Amino acid sequence: MSDNAESPIETQKEESQPPSDDSTANDDKKKIDVLLKAVGDTPIMKTKKWTMDRGRTVQSLSQFISRFLKLDSSEQLFIYVNQSFAPSPDQDVGVLFDCFGSDGKLILHYCKSQAWG
Amino acid sequence: MADDKDVLRDVWFGRIPTCFTLNQDEVTEREAEPYYLLLPRVSYLTLVTDKVKKHFHKVMRAEDVEEMWFEYEGTPLKWHNPIGLLFDFHASNSVLPWSITVHFKNFPDRDLLHCPSNSVIEAHFMSGIKEADALKHKSQVVNDMQKKDHKQLWMGLQNDKFDQFWAINRKLMEYPTEEGGFRYIPFRIYQTTSDRPFIQKLFRPVSPEGSVHTLCDLLKEMYPVALPSDGEPKRYQVVIHGIEPLLETPLQWLSEHLSHPDNFLHICVLPVPSD
Repeated sequence: MSDNAESPIETQKEESQPPSDDSTANDDKKKIDVLLKAVGDTPIMKTKKWTMDRGRTVQSLSQFISRFLKLDSSEQLFIYVNQSFAPSPDQDVGVLFDCFGSDGKLILHYCKSQAWG
Repeated sequence: MADDKDVLRDVWFGRIPTCFTLNQDEVTEREAEPYYLLLPRVSYLTLVTDKVKKHFHKVMRAEDVEEMWFEYEGTPLKWHNPIGLLFDFHASNSVLPWSITVHFKNFPDRDLLHCPSNSVIEAHFMSGIKEADALKHKSQVVNDMQKKDHKQLWMGLQNDKFDQFWAINRKLMEYPTEEGGFRYIPFRIYQTTSDRPFIQKLFRPVSPEGSVHTLCDLLKEMYPVALPSDGEPKRYQVVIHGIEPLLETPLQWLSEHLSHPDNFLHICVLPVPSD
């Protein structure tokens, strides 16, 4: 479940993309756009659209959202794809983007309680 | 598909003889004997090891016991991956029985997910099925099912009931005949040479020209180094459920017959053992 070493380095979409410094990178873009949407009574994030590393894990994203929303450490956070399934915490967001993204972005829903199955 | 039902049974009833040994640093009141089990390939470690836990608890004091976890040759074993995949990926070229070390302290939070109860396994398993169906049928089949059907899939796996599981799972394996297969094949490719957990992308069972995609076509696109090149010795084994299927096997057939109960085709790419 390797947390990304450096903490959240997401930048808002409006800011310019940092140049890719990884010479071993394949053709794939290293960063992807993710739209975060709150479900139910979960607090919303003012910034909805984030750019993040493909290799960021679902777990590390979920920790980031919890910190951002200043959730209590006892509160759980669930993340859903397609409003239907909760991806495994060790999954990369890049994989989800490839399989379930549309229009150049991945939409994820987050919720403090189990929203879908 | 009915013709190949024997394959489904063989996959379901695949077992791995395993020897569980207590980690030598654990504090015990008397010596802990190893414990032997036949592990179902398609199940999950934490779902089938209650007896292992009880066995070792007997020689330990309650205060020395924390959450149980498993390790093979220094690598923590991810319970949320199917057992057969763990064996193929970490131990396929080792001797049997598979020797797993059992720990009750120093849970490796960075490597493993916690598994406080079977409901955590159930949620993980159902998420896998839903993700697979999102790829196969845009979630239509799994969403049309009733709650009790979902429960039956889980109970079938939990209680090792092949017929109970397949009575529902066969619906997840259907597709319109004219399309020749699922929308996309749910697969994951695991490789020893990368830190990334796995490769998973969109891949159709049939090409735009209408020809059937094979295991070879999939690897060519996702992980070409895994394929043998002309005139060179084979460098990699492509393993599913402990066997090396022919690379010409149609992917749709593999998806219907060699997928795990979570409906994913878990494919290991392993270096050929050097001796």
